[in-house]
Amino acid sequence: MGELSFHGYIAVWASLLALTAITVTAASLDLGAAAIAIVLAVAAAKSSLVLLYFMHLREEKRVIIKVLVPLVIALLAVFIGLTYTDVLYRGGG
Amino acid sequence: MSGAGTRGRVDGDRGRIGMWLFMSTEALLFGGLFLLYAVYRWRFPAPFHEASLELSRTLGALNTVVLITSSLAVALAVRELREGRAALARRYLWAMIAFGCCFLAIKAYEWGEKIGRGLYPGAAALAARGPGQTLYFGLYFTMTGLHALHVIVGMSVIGWVLALMAGGRVDAERPIKLENAGLFWHLVDIVWIFLFPLFYLIT
Repeated sequence: MGELSFHGYIAVWASLLALTAITVTAASLDLGAAAIAIVLAVAAAKSSLVLLYFMHLREEKRVIIKVLVPLVIALLAVFIGLTYTDVLYRGGG
Repeated sequence: MSGAGTRGRVDGDRGRIGMWLFMSTEALLFGGLFLLYAVYRWRFPAPFHEASLELSRTLGALNTVVLITSSLAVALAVRELREGRAALARRYLWAMIAFGCCFLAIKAYEWGEKIGRGLYPGAAALAARGPGQTLYFGLYFTMTGLHALHVIVGMSVIGWVLALMAGGRVDAERPIKLENAGLFWHLVDIVWIFLFPLFYLIT
């Protein structure tokens, strides 16, 4: 898997713009709590495109970088997720 | 056995690993602020809802498009430099700086409008809206301010790389400084990709 062609980069950029349009539309429909899930899922998808193509993770050969990135994402998920649920179930005490 | 070529490549790898390590610390810095936002949104749902309606979705979406396009310009600049077309790469970098300035101008307009209406931490008008909205705008100015600082740093680093390219010290054989500056700029883009839904879209 080599580096993207000029048109490949344009396709990634167009996908990012399309996802932005989707997320703005979803947020303006009155979807309640589902809207939060949708806009965060779209943000995750957009970040994945930037990481894989613009930041070249797709072609990365160094194992340390390929391991580091999911590790940092997992670390963020654990410390944000666990602390948030801790606050959530403390019940104002 | 091409000693110099091999060494150059290994140094490029080291520089890139160091850059990803640094960006990991940046992810943790912004991650802490995202956590703070999540907890206070849970604690003050109604004031956060009221406050988020004060932001302009149009301007937020416009800035998202501007920043994504600037990221494209940097990605294309890296590609052109690697292919040996340095002059074209430099033009893409100037385009990226123009988009960065555009982002900051829109951000400054938004801040100015909020400050003009007294919606900034410490203002009496904001204090009258209660602790929830005060927290919302405190987080808004802190997180978009820290992000804007990163935009300024990212543009400055690209400006420095442009000077090095003009002096012939960054080229197709030694692209690592541009590649790392580009990685930083894409990280700034990713942070905004999350800031935009959190402050502008979730109400």
